[in-house]
Amino acid sequence: MDSIKITDLTYRYPTADEDVLRHVSLSVEKGQLCAVVGANGSGKTTLCNAIRGFVPKFYKGEISGEVLVNGKDVQREEIGITALEVGFVFQNPFTQISGITDTVYEELAYGLENMGVEPAEIERRVEEIMGLTKIEAFRDRDPYQLSGGQQQRVALAAVLVMNQDVFVIDEPTSQLDPQSTDDVFEIIRLMKNMGKTIVLVEHKMEQIAEYADKVVVMDQGQIVLEGTPEEVFSDPRCEEYHIRLPQCTRIALELKKEGIGFEKLPVTVRETVETIQAITGAGKDGQERKG
Amino acid sequence: MALVEVKNLSFCYPNGYQAVDDVSFTIEAGENIAIVGQNGAGKTTTVKMLNGLTKPGSGDVLINGESTKNYTTAQMARRVGYVFQNPDDQIFNATVYKEIEYGLKKMKVDMGECERRIKDAAELTGMTKYLETNPYDLPLSMRKFVTIASVIASNCDVMIFDEPTAGQDLDGLKILSDLNRVLTARGKAIVTITHDMEFVADNYDRVIVMCQKKIIADGRTKDVFFQKDIMEKAMLKQPALVRIATGIGMQENTLDVKMAAAYIRQNLR
Ligand SMILES: Nc1ncnc2c1ncn2[C@@H]1O[C@H](COP(=O)(O)OP(=O)(O)OP(=O)(O)O)[C@@H](O)[C@H]1O
Ligand SMILES: Nc1ncnc2c1ncn2[C@@H]1O[C@H](COP(=O)(O)OP(=O)(O)O)[C@@H](O)[C@H]1O
Ligand SMILES: [Mg+2]
Ligand SMILES: [Mg+2]
Repeated sequence: MDSIKITDLTYRYPTADEDVLRHVSLSVEKGQLCAVVGANGSGKTTLCNAIRGFVPKFYKGEISGEVLVNGKDVQREEIGITALEVGFVFQNPFTQISGITDTVYEELAYGLENMGVEPAEIERRVEEIMGLTKIEAFRDRDPYQLSGGQQQRVALAAVLVMNQDVFVIDEPTSQLDPQSTDDVFEIIRLMKNMGKTIVLVEHKMEQIAEYADKVVVMDQGQIVLEGTPEEVFSDPRCEEYHIRLPQCTRIALELKKEGIGFEKLPVTVRETVETIQAITGAGKDGQERKG
Repeated sequence: MALVEVKNLSFCYPNGYQAVDDVSFTIEAGENIAIVGQNGAGKTTTVKMLNGLTKPGSGDVLINGESTKNYTTAQMARRVGYVFQNPDDQIFNATVYKEIEYGLKKMKVDMGECERRIKDAAELTGMTKYLETNPYDLPLSMRKFVTIASVIASNCDVMIFDEPTAGQDLDGLKILSDLNRVLTARGKAIVTITHDMEFVADNYDRVIVMCQKKIIADGRTKDVFFQKDIMEKAMLKQPALVRIATGIGMQENTLDVKMAAAYIRQNLR
């Protein structure tokens, strides 16, 4: 079954004079990672808001079309009920942190306490998520006295701990170092394996190529490309939609210009190395370059 | 003599946590420098000491050879501008124009000069059409450009941008790369903290690597990024191009996609 099914969604903010989502249709299967990419202002966050029900409930405005999450129409559902099904990580990590708790531990426990979860269960879940997101070292720290990247990890953890079926995650790695970025994608992979459905807005194409089941490209409120990472990144229209291709793909495209053809454009480092080795015989004898 | 000389800076937060330990480097006029390092390495804490937002625990910052120990925060801010990691720590005026103007008024810059500088800063940051917009009606990635514009307008000798690449799309990165080029050509020194290794490879000749409160490398980007041990120690990832070059045993260090492609073609069987 599709966890998320959006049909012909068109939406306009009350203060705007044009539609920010235009005839958007999108299905995401249970256990899938769907990456949403596109230029800033193309409507990615608004789409997230529509899946969570903030659009139109909180923002008001004109809407047509339908958003189903686990078969339920989020426009009809109470916003608090949708919260139990959709975990939502805001784009700005600095606003996600509640500001009413004194420690990272309390920040993670806060939502669960509000839901009336048993204290022992709260402790178990908070410990588990702190481990997963590697923030145990900060458990007693004030969330606001952490570095930018550390705050962003706390913000993500505070949502994951709620353990919904569907997660909508808006640019969760913007302040993260490369290693922590990979860690977040590994966490997302784990959640997928647990059957969670994830919609992820992200600018880091290298990781999307590696981890996403499906990529959708947005441009001016429309979904203009949709497919596997290979399908999408090898589409020449990516340039038109201001997509920053993975560096691997850029190298392959450059080689293509030099007259070296590929059956299939590589999108990950491993694929690129294998493809180049196949055509040049380079590095075959385990010849490692020196530092 | 270097424009800025950072000498043996250390810093401990009031809760006793030491965030920076004996950091030294120099900045020349016209230099374009990237600072990279894992989350919590001490990057933000270090650069805040360069602009006086944070008083050095020990060590000193010299400008044109003179100690800044007796500078007031305002005097310091006039020489070294800092763009906060979180733009919302910095923005509090009702329009983009007023936000950029605010610092200039405090520095008592005269009207005509004020207008000229605001226009220039807005052009460099792509803010021209948003001058009458409330900054909080702009998305985070653009609010960052509002704060960058404020610092550009202040016309400091050194401008420090803390994670300006975060959340930027291709157009945003282009604006950033262009304004770096224009400002350094004017003789400004630019120091940029970023986690985007590809952007560093494409835009900065010099990179400083921080790891656990210290600087562990400071040199030409090309040399540093090809040193796997340093990058691993700092828990950074080499750009894809470097990993591919290593994977295929390329005998040339290049961070340029076109040059790498040309090399591969020349070495076809
Ligand atoms: N106000 C504070 N009080 C106590 N410790 C702090 C405070 N701010 C930062 N720290 C700690 O100091 C260390 C360095 O923080 P800093 O903000 O300089 O890191 P950074 O290198 O800029 O990281 P990031 O890439 O995540 O922004 C971190 O371990 C952080 O937790
Ligand atoms: N609360 C709002 N009110 C009016 N317009 C908005 C609001 N939020 C976003 N917009 C506009 O909707 C468009 C899409 O924005 P957004 O969904 O945030 O894009 P993205 O996440 O892709 O950067 C932009 O033109 C933006 O200015
Ligand atoms: Mg967005
Ligand atoms: Mg920082």
